[in-house]
Amino acid sequence: MSEPVDQLEGTPVAQTPASRLAAYMRGGGVTVPLLTALLAFLLGGLVVLVTGHDPIATYKAIFEGTGFQWLFPWVTGVDRETAALNLQQTLILTTPLILVGLAVAFAFRAGLFNIGGQGQYIVGSIAAVWVGSSFAGMPGFLHIVLAVVAACLAGAAWAGLAGFLKATVGANEVISTIMLNYIALWLGVYLFSLGGPLQNDRDASLPVSNDVVESVHLPVFWGDPVLQGLHIGLFVALAAVGIFWLILNRSTTGYEVRAVGLNPEAARYGGMSVAKNYVLVMAICGLFAGLAGALDVLGWQFRLATNDIQISQVGFLGIAVALLGRNTAVGTIAAALLFGGLLSGTSQRNLDPTIFEPELASNLTTIIQGLVVLFVSADVLVLGMLRRGRGLFRRRRSAPPAELEAEA
Amino acid sequence: MSTATAAARRAGLSAKQLGWAGVLLGAIAWYITLPPLLVRTALPSVVLALVAVAAGVASARGGEIRLGRGAVLAGVAGGIGAIVATKSGEANLEKVFVWSALFAAMLRFATPLLFGALGGIMSERSGVINVGLEGMMLMGAFFGIFGADVFGSWFVGVLVGIAAGGVLGFVHAVFSIALRADQVVSGVAINFLAAGITGYVFIAHYGDQGTPGEVPSVPDVKLPLIEDVAFIGDAIGEMSLLTWMALLLVPVIAVYLYRTPGGLRLRSVGEKPRAADSVGIPVLRTRYLAVTASGCLAGLGGVYLSLALVHSFNQGMTAGRGFIALAVVIFGAWRPYGALAGACLFGFSSAVAQRLPAFSESLAVLFQALPYVLVLIVVAGLIGRSRPPAAIGVPYVKE
Repeated sequence: MSEPVDQLEGTPVAQTPASRLAAYMRGGGVTVPLLTALLAFLLGGLVVLVTGHDPIATYKAIFEGTGFQWLFPWVTGVDRETAALNLQQTLILTTPLILVGLAVAFAFRAGLFNIGGQGQYIVGSIAAVWVGSSFAGMPGFLHIVLAVVAACLAGAAWAGLAGFLKATVGANEVISTIMLNYIALWLGVYLFSLGGPLQNDRDASLPVSNDVVESVHLPVFWGDPVLQGLHIGLFVALAAVGIFWLILNRSTTGYEVRAVGLNPEAARYGGMSVAKNYVLVMAICGLFAGLAGALDVLGWQFRLATNDIQISQVGFLGIAVALLGRNTAVGTIAAALLFGGLLSGTSQRNLDPTIFEPELASNLTTIIQGLVVLFVSADVLVLGMLRRGRGLFRRRRSAPPAELEAEA
Repeated sequence: MSTATAAARRAGLSAKQLGWAGVLLGAIAWYITLPPLLVRTALPSVVLALVAVAAGVASARGGEIRLGRGAVLAGVAGGIGAIVATKSGEANLEKVFVWSALFAAMLRFATPLLFGALGGIMSERSGVINVGLEGMMLMGAFFGIFGADVFGSWFVGVLVGIAAGGVLGFVHAVFSIALRADQVVSGVAINFLAAGITGYVFIAHYGDQGTPGEVPSVPDVKLPLIEDVAFIGDAIGEMSLLTWMALLLVPVIAVYLYRTPGGLRLRSVGEKPRAADSVGIPVLRTRYLAVTASGCLAGLGGVYLSLALVHSFNQGMTAGRGFIALAVVIFGAWRPYGALAGACLFGFSSAVAQRLPAFSESLAVLFQALPYVLVLIVVAGLIGRSRPPAAIGVPYVKE
């Protein structure tokens, strides 16, 4: 087995749970992500306040739109039913966010910045909608598997291209993945636009794909299938998180990925092929993002309009999800839940327009997303605030020596 | 190919001249199949294209790797373009390739890219990666038209737009210089932030109506003397003031970077900050100024979009132009004149793509992806790799 390496600091650590926790806390632990999110929400609230709205009422309305209050046992009756419906929407949106979050996080662990989650998600959903709407009469389960595999492969190929360009000619993956996003977008718009090769057969005036056949719809396990209940894709996403963790922490590939991410030169010196790793890592990222596209298409969209492709922002949110989740498995789930809630809480469907316009609120989501990424980019900022805060605290209690406290 | 090299040597051509000859031949191969010449067989073009490729290879062998590869690419593109052109209908070609209009459209599309790229050069030459150009441009686009609307003056609008880009540039500077953030991540954050802020204020202030139609826009410059001259009149006789400004900024920034002490300091900070520091150049302050200026320039590019090109604002209207500007910076090897060439190349591809619906509506949609594919080719270094400033992306810590 490889020597255990602290995933945040990249330094070897002793293996006891306590010391692990201590190391994690030194790196900010869960406090830093929490503070980061809090700070972003506070500043977002300030924007709301400055533009003449009540931030508390706004956030309360958004929270009510998420359906999270379903978890509170004291919410009963009609409120509970509404909350259940809203929570189903939140979890439907959380599902792809988990996966695109993994797509970004996995790349980060290899020292790559995958901004192409959006493009990989788009090609995945195109592949899924194409397979799902063709081959009618195939057995349902087999058909679903085929559509999902096609989507994963499409995503993997799209991302792998960026990895390949990085490995062979050193093309910066930031720019190449961004460009692949736009290329995927226009490819999708072209395919389903009027006169496009994959436009639907029913109505030539609609820029929409064919519907996927009934038998590839993912089963709904909570709520009414007709009213867009929660599909089993959530479990697939959670399983993907498990696979992410296993690949990263319990496989040779994962060890190499992390080694390349921490220090490519050292990894190369140690006999690993950095170039091969870049392609492999990006392909795995694309796999996750492509899967996200498949689950959305087979779970609740069932068709793709050119408009859906143009306004979709899922893949970009993946960046904030991964960064806030500190590129870890559990962190990604938590962060995806936060942004999933924010997305559904600010949607036309769930947010009360008399309190705050949904269109404004969706831009508020983007602002919060930007602030989160900005604060994470400079961990020193929040960490520094934390230290200063602790310092104040310490002084007030007339302080045990710092070393002692660190030991404890 | 050695015969080509030998032939060239006999003719007394240097590798550099060979390279340029190749680029030119590649272009001619395509040009002769287009109006007004309209050669309807591909053979002469294919021959020209092959000669261009040969010249490119010989030039690359002779040491001009970048130029040589460019010539090879020009030859291949020229040949393919010529074959496509000979297979298309003459009427369609006449509709798409109106050269004076294409040239004018090229400059229109190149202007925002040029502003953005010049901004990128300022920032990156000082050692700070600026992935946030897109967001800074978007800020300029919205606050430019917002300012012009609120104050009723395009001039104030331009100033507000520049300031908005500059503010975001300053935020990027604080995070990447003082807080030593990961500059790429911070730049990406800047883009989200700009999308959110502009979208928010846009909806809050204009709602579903969109920006009003009667906002004062940046005036065009009419050149009375050449307005009636055949080609030039149509091409540059009536261009936006901001296009002229962008073109003018190219030599200005080139002179600043290479002929003034300030430019030398800026470049030294981006190459070897430690050495610059040791001779008393304020590294951090230089970077702050450069990144803020970068935001102002990108903002100006955005102002051009909303106040001169489209005359309105819609959410996310920059549509990746900031990222293309970044590719233009790389294409131009971090030099102002190189950026001009790159901006024109991308501007031309957009100008052609814009006129393609004459052929096929749905294919024209696909051609919207052309500039982005070109960027991919550029960053893949197919035209040869150039060396970025040495200290780029590395936060500076004073000893």
